[in-house]
Amino acid sequence: MRIGVLAVQGAFIEHRRMMESLGTECVEIRQKKDLDGIDGLILPGGESTVQGKLLRDLGLFKEVQRLIAEGLPVLATCAGLILLAEHLEADDTTHLGTLPVTVKRNAYGRQLGSFVTRENVGSLEDYPLVFIRAPYIAEASDEVRVLATVDDHIVGVEYQNQIGLAFHPEMTEDCRIHQYFLSKIVK
Amino acid sequence: MSNTTYELNKGLAQMLKGGVIMDVTTPEQAKIAEAAGAAAVMALEKIPADIRAAGGVARMSDPKMIREIQQAVSIPVMAKCRIGHVVEAQILEAIEIDYIDESEVLTPADDTYHIDKTKFAVPFVCGARDLGEALRRIAEGASMIRTKGEPGTGDVVQAVRHMRKMNAQIRQVVSLREDELYEEAKQLGVPYDLLAWVHENGKLPVVNFAAGGVATPADAALMMQLGAEGVFVGSGIFKSGDPAKRAASIVQAVTNYEDAKLIAKLSEDLGEAMVGINPEEIKLIMEERGQ
Repeated sequence: MRIGVLAVQGAFIEHRRMMESLGTECVEIRQKKDLDGIDGLILPGGESTVQGKLLRDLGLFKEVQRLIAEGLPVLATCAGLILLAEHLEADDTTHLGTLPVTVKRNAYGRQLGSFVTRENVGSLEDYPLVFIRAPYIAEASDEVRVLATVDDHIVGVEYQNQIGLAFHPEMTEDCRIHQYFLSKIVK
Repeated sequence: MSNTTYELNKGLAQMLKGGVIMDVTTPEQAKIAEAAGAAAVMALEKIPADIRAAGGVARMSDPKMIREIQQAVSIPVMAKCRIGHVVEAQILEAIEIDYIDESEVLTPADDTYHIDKTKFAVPFVCGARDLGEALRRIAEGASMIRTKGEPGTGDVVQAVRHMRKMNAQIRQVVSLREDELYEEAKQLGVPYDLLAWVHENGKLPVVNFAAGGVATPADAALMMQLGAEGVFVGSGIFKSGDPAKRAASIVQAVTNYEDAKLIAKLSEDLGEAMVGINPEEIKLIMEERGQ
């Protein structure tokens, strides 16, 4: 099995390390040709404006969108969730738009609003959640399964082949979410 | 600052990796930088090249001007305070800046002590020329390091020297026996614990960017090939002929820093680069400030 990690900008090495610690082969996606033969895709944290622009400038955008629409399993964290969202609150920008949710960017304010907490994520109990200038999901369509909430705001969802998280599992030592993502691919 | 806050602050720097942080002096420039793909902007009244030209004392920027830039963009906004100027840092924290750069580009306020950055909740980035300076700043609470380079020159030679030196020293520390680390910590003037961490992990404990003199996509890619995790571009963008195009090209060059064909294309038709001056031609050496 081979997992692609979008590596145009952001914290992609952290995802790669976590996947490799689980014995999974990883490839960094910087150009279109890197997408060949991957079984799953990770969209990491970083700055969504930068990543969205580079996806387009480097000719990756349409191919990534097509692969996700055709069912390629994708795990998206923080900026990655913003890339997947169908709508952004108070912002006309849409990037890949494959996940039927509305995401509020910088929902917790500036860096002084960043925080860590613990919650259940789906069936995974007591998960450490790291929020860094994080978004949350303001609205989700009915077909979307909510995985996690913090203070009544949705911070994790699953929809068909897509997992979207407002927080950063790759910044912790807890690899259960990555294991869960891999188990979806094996099926 | 709690351990959790420090981890979150190091984490924000991790999110900036592979990105370009651009100096801007107005909300309009900030918007151009954001649209060109900047991962963050550094809000300041004068870019380093103009600070050099103006002479005199360079201080923290007007908080109102910084706030206007914060309102203009959605990406993180950084700002500089003078080395050792605790109150300028407190002001920047009060306006909820995302990162403070305790910077040698401004005139130092204290010629002995840096700010005790552990007393702040907001994160700090500091300049360093070698491993000793980097680990001293980290011991004081910095959650991100950048090379000093020689700001406002458009000459990348100092940034190259600092990045090479830091990485050569890290390789050397890795090669030491454990019982040699105490003496090495003494020689470098750094805490033993931080040096032992470097020995074990073969890298700095925080993210390390390149800064000072980066003017072209090739300069930015050079710094990435030398081991930088991202790049600050100060005077290089808005002192050039076509800032938006140059900025976007540098952003792409940082992502694909090993693809010479792409960087060749990115380097075409960028208009005039900033004029540039050699460190030998200047009287004010900023990199020597704050050791």
